[in-house]
Amino acid sequence: MERYYQKEIECAPVEELKAMQNAKLVKQVKHVYEHVPYYRDLMDKKGVKPEDIKSTADIYKLPFISKADLRDAYPYGLLAVPLSECVRIQSTSGTTGRRVVAFYTQHDIDLWEECCARAIVAAGGTKDDVCQVAYGYGLFTGGPGLNGGSHKVGCLTLPMSSGNTERQIQFMRDLGSTILCCTPSYAAYIGETLKDMGLTPNDIKLKAGIFGAEPWTEAMRKDIEASLGIKAYDIYGLTETSGPGVSFECSEQTGMHINEDHFYAEIIDPDTGEVLPEGEKGELVFTSLDKEAFPLLRYRTRDICVLNRKKCSCGRTLIKMSKPMGRSDDMLIIRGVNVFPSQIETVLLEQGYTPNYRIELDRVNNTDTFDVYVEMSQEQFSDTVKDITLKEKELASALKTMLGINPKMHLVAPKTITRSEGKAVRVIDRRKLHD
Amino acid sequence: MKQISIFIENEKGSLAAVTTLLAENGIDLRALSIADTTDYGILRIMADKPEKAHKILTENGYLTKINEVVGVKIADKAGSLAKIINALSDEGIGVEYTYAFTSAKPGEAFMVFRVNDNEKAIAALEKAGIGAVI
Ligand SMILES: [Zn+2]
Repeated sequence: MERYYQKEIECAPVEELKAMQNAKLVKQVKHVYEHVPYYRDLMDKKGVKPEDIKSTADIYKLPFISKADLRDAYPYGLLAVPLSECVRIQSTSGTTGRRVVAFYTQHDIDLWEECCARAIVAAGGTKDDVCQVAYGYGLFTGGPGLNGGSHKVGCLTLPMSSGNTERQIQFMRDLGSTILCCTPSYAAYIGETLKDMGLTPNDIKLKAGIFGAEPWTEAMRKDIEASLGIKAYDIYGLTETSGPGVSFECSEQTGMHINEDHFYAEIIDPDTGEVLPEGEKGELVFTSLDKEAFPLLRYRTRDICVLNRKKCSCGRTLIKMSKPMGRSDDMLIIRGVNVFPSQIETVLLEQGYTPNYRIELDRVNNTDTFDVYVEMSQEQFSDTVKDITLKEKELASALKTMLGINPKMHLVAPKTITRSEGKAVRVIDRRKLHD
Repeated sequence: MKQISIFIENEKGSLAAVTTLLAENGIDLRALSIADTTDYGILRIMADKPEKAHKILTENGYLTKINEVVGVKIADKAGSLAKIINALSDEGIGVEYTYAFTSAKPGEAFMVFRVNDNEKAIAALEKAGIGAVI
């Protein structure tokens, strides 16, 4: 039997949901216009006033917010309440400019945790469950979001954070964890480690997993489900909109229900910015309908998706989004971490290398491999393997500091990075990320 | 003695390309050794015209270094190599790598030592009564 955390919203008649969105949007636009001078300027430039927005049908009149705006307004420029009203920040990895810092009031935290609670309940979670949260904790939204959601559901919460896999399995066995929350690649890794330890899914009590923060395929879902003996559910979100829980999968596993009482979704043509009709593929744009501290209006996610409101067998009426099918920018998601090639270039230049580099990505045993090839100069070349290895290690560690993940470095001879029409091929991604 | 080291990709034909290039330019190789990893190799050569070899390789886009290394003539008797190694390690001189080569004269063999301090290595060898070839 399907369970819901907030049935009155999750299964509300569509007309009711739409009326709720209209009312919230009108209020939110007014709130942002009055309290965020940065966005007010964008609206003024477009010649649109809060009173022009009477329902979601008018939303196309509003300007977009993009990553570039977050950079320009860093850190407080998009804050819509006094800092004294905020109780938390969360952030993405990366340098200033690439790093997103989001602010939350207590109301925003509750709203976010409720979204995560809906995801946990949709995956079969109840207060009798033991929920092991193996997402990273700290500035990353994965750990804190699912941790809060698990509390709201009333699960016994194991705030494990990621890593130390044998200990994860130890706790899983000793405390009888029934739900696992982490990135899909980490779930796959836990599955492999379980096998390496000579154990089978019968040795653990897991029944469900909630996996997000990176793209994964149906084939990977089947692998994880088999190796851990669970049903695997997808969850989507981004720091800009709050964190995981913007949308979540139900038992039907044919897309993620968007928490429409809090987030209004649009699909646009990434080139023209034009709103596309439901069912068409394009860039996903979110508007936070009732967040207080960091309410982004028409935030361009750069994720390419499709929306559909076909009747779902789970009973939820919330619109569904497909798994992201790609990106409309050059951002890479490697082991759950957002990486822009330009960040790698910055580190190389800082460390005295040429910007002639190539990133190669693959997925081996459901884990991303991340190799960076960089051309050496005459001065950097040494006649000993030891010196070259040391240089590779120093560079890998500088990149780890910048990105939060460790690449395998390869120093190569000049002019060996493939160039096509004079322009270097920067990224070779051999991973199969999308079905 | 001057040694030339060259960075080569671990690809079929990359070693042949270097030796062919040198031969075409009239450079004779007296010794050749390769340190290789899964990604690349470092080719070390002793050539009859080291400066010219270095220039040609650099002009052809190779990562190339020219280093002073210590050469030692090896006496054809038991324990002579151990004597050299001990003489260096007694003075705390680290050997990065070493390799052997034979000279044009029949029966004459040399060892090349790449050390962190050439001056100190030569002094250590002299102290042990071993003549270095500079
Ligand atoms: Zn459903």
